[in-house]
Amino acid sequence: MVEQVAQMVVHGEAWTIKDLFVLPNEYVYWSIQIVLYPYMTGLVAGAFVLSSLYHVFNVEKLKEIARYALVFSFALLPVAMMPLMLHLMQPFRGINVLMTPHFTSAISAFGIVFMTYAFIVAAEIWFVYRKFIVESIYRLTEKQDCTRLERLLLPIYKVISLGAMDISDKALNSDHKAIKFLAALGIPVACFLHGYAGFIFGSVKANALWMTPLMPVIFICSAVVSGIALCIVSYYLFMEIRKWAAKRGKNWLLPDALAQGGTAIPVEQLRSIQEHEVKITSKYLLIFMTAALTLEILDMIFRGYTAVKSWDALRMVIYEHDFMKIFVYQYGIGNFLPFLMLLLPGLTTRRAVIASSLVLFGVFMMRWNVVIGGQAFSLTFAGFMEYSMPIIPHDIETFKEGLGGMLSVIVTPFIIFYFLNMIFPAFMTDNESH
Amino acid sequence: MKRRDFLKNTAVFVAGASVSVAALDFIDPKELLAANPELKWGFLVDTYKCVGCGFCVKACKTESDIPFEANVTRTWVERYVIKRDGDVVMDCPKGARDGYTTKLLDENRSGMVEVPDEEIAQAFFVPKLCNHCTTPACVQVCPVGATYQTADGVVLVDWTWCIGCGYCIMGCPYGVRFFHPVERVADKCTFCYHRISKGGNTACAQACPFGARQIGNLKDPNDPVAQAIMTQRVGILRDEYGTKPNVYYIGLNKEVR
Amino acid sequence: MKNHVWRPLFVVIVIVIGILVFRAFYVPSDFGVQERGYTFGYHRLSNEQEWKDYPAKHKGNDYCNECHDDKIEELESAQHGIIPCENCHGAAFDHPNDPEKLTIDRSRGLCLRCHAELIMPSSGRNDIPGIDPVEHNKGEECSECHNPHNPSLEDM
Repeated sequence: MVEQVAQMVVHGEAWTIKDLFVLPNEYVYWSIQIVLYPYMTGLVAGAFVLSSLYHVFNVEKLKEIARYALVFSFALLPVAMMPLMLHLMQPFRGINVLMTPHFTSAISAFGIVFMTYAFIVAAEIWFVYRKFIVESIYRLTEKQDCTRLERLLLPIYKVISLGAMDISDKALNSDHKAIKFLAALGIPVACFLHGYAGFIFGSVKANALWMTPLMPVIFICSAVVSGIALCIVSYYLFMEIRKWAAKRGKNWLLPDALAQGGTAIPVEQLRSIQEHEVKITSKYLLIFMTAALTLEILDMIFRGYTAVKSWDALRMVIYEHDFMKIFVYQYGIGNFLPFLMLLLPGLTTRRAVIASSLVLFGVFMMRWNVVIGGQAFSLTFAGFMEYSMPIIPHDIETFKEGLGGMLSVIVTPFIIFYFLNMIFPAFMTDNESH
Repeated sequence: MKRRDFLKNTAVFVAGASVSVAALDFIDPKELLAANPELKWGFLVDTYKCVGCGFCVKACKTESDIPFEANVTRTWVERYVIKRDGDVVMDCPKGARDGYTTKLLDENRSGMVEVPDEEIAQAFFVPKLCNHCTTPACVQVCPVGATYQTADGVVLVDWTWCIGCGYCIMGCPYGVRFFHPVERVADKCTFCYHRISKGGNTACAQACPFGARQIGNLKDPNDPVAQAIMTQRVGILRDEYGTKPNVYYIGLNKEVR
Repeated sequence: MKNHVWRPLFVVIVIVIGILVFRAFYVPSDFGVQERGYTFGYHRLSNEQEWKDYPAKHKGNDYCNECHDDKIEELESAQHGIIPCENCHGAAFDHPNDPEKLTIDRSRGLCLRCHAELIMPSSGRNDIPGIDPVEHNKGEECSECHNPHNPSLEDM
């Protein structure tokens, strides 16, 4: 007899709770990582759109946050891929998506769109920082007593300069043009990257909750919302850290050489930059929030009004099982509350930041309610499933698809940003950068 | 002039080549047909005959190396109990791998439910398996070409190429796909391709003592399955998804999901 | 130093060429669009043969008949003659080589698959003689009283 000695794990069984009539093979196959995937790509797309507002539409007021948003968007990029890799049962075969793309599948575009987008963001950063890179090469070459970090940075700068050492006005002028072009090109690509993430869900005809042509549009709007919100929150936090350091005469998150006169930027100056940028940005947040909310509510009303076969099961999920998650967390705390906070007169920086944090939470709950909510009912419409997120992992699978995997994905962009910021200082304020 | 010559030569060459290829085609159509016979696999389930013994599920699990203890299965049998007041109670404990041996219905978290005998208006079993749809939604959504349909209509998964994204599992309106507990790739019923392509029967149909399951060639008018579909009132599952399933059911009720 | 603007593009082109070269080695040569077209038939062709070569475990009554023809003949008219041998005796695999002896399932649970009484109007189950597993000789194996091949007690 053939003996079953191989290790056996039924994917999904560990975190799925079934109720009533559910088919034997049905589990919550797409869990927290797939919640995070559109969330992270949304953040990437949103952060990029924010930076493009300055570069393409010349919104001067967004100048400082635009450069930060661009670098942060680049730091988020690899993290948009991370949830997918963590989710794949065969992560080492992930390359197959690039090797034999089957374009009738929405997922197949990922490799190509993602790479196109990565190239655009990388090229834009290259043009934005080219002058700085060249200057740094000259500065570090001449410097005698290099620190260990500087000795490491010099070859990095030499490689990424791609040998283009010309920083004459004419050359810088063509840089400007290139930036404008790339930023403009990046907006549709960013929207496509995220819109197609919406298409992945919207095109699943087997899923009654997902299947709607509005899905890509809803995803793009909420992507821009969450991206802007994250930029506001993280920009505020980093500036707080810098203010805290400035009070102690230190200059953090900026290479020493760039700090004015070798000492820290005055606290007051940091505060005014912070206030200005955060408040202006929250105006844009408000505009995109209105669009996102309108579409989501339209979708909900439409489903209730048309009430096709699946509506009985959907209504159970929306109004009973997930009522708290949808109406309290997502719409209440995540949408209407920050909406009011941003609309009320006398907006302060702190209020804008709290509102943005709530928006981030709201968009996260929206992703959760779409991805997990879409699997909360059986294909039979006569049974329900619940995802109980594994908190304490007992094997690699429950780590990846549980709290551990979620935290790793959320923390990684900040770690990447920390190192990326050493090469491309995101808080550079000299007048000549773009 | 040179360019014109080149075009002319090319045209002559292409025309000549296509004539010779066409000539080959016309040599013997019978031989061609014999090498590539009209074949499209289909399946017929007679729900009246099914007694819910689950021998098909047991046989399938052994035949396709799905561990008996794993709570996933390539085929399963559902129980429908329709009460006199119109309520429908359904269950499918462990895919019915042990058959139905109790009157209690397993409602998962809601516990075991008993329907009193006198309240039962009708009750029956419905075996389920992959429908090997003519336009399979699962194949359409595979991002890497790891699942596909053969010329004779069977939908298969390439275990060496599947990345395990789960999109096909989400895309299937029938819930027949799952992650193989050992291979860790998407898996599903193959219509026992290794058996039927050698003239054999599927493991589930062979294990059924009552003939509730039959596989056949839908293109062959003399095939019993094709004849049954032609002459009897049969139904298919969830045609609203436009997947054109190739598993036909005798005695399908509107309550069947 | 003119046209430094194009340098990122050159890097991209080099990367893309690198990926295409890697692809040429990585993707099996028989991977491509087959008879069902790009939407439904894009795959590695040799996988079809791999599935055809998947080992069969159940061999069917004909296989049993090759050696146990006496038994098969005797049981053809038996009450349980419609049940394939392997349902109770286990899948043949490569018997008699591997396994040398099949493990017969004589459990009560096996019989109950059909003979636990259920009220199933409009289903074939209603026509099968059934018992209440809780009441009927609880805890005993069915084969202690019934002949698995000819279970009716009157015929014994």
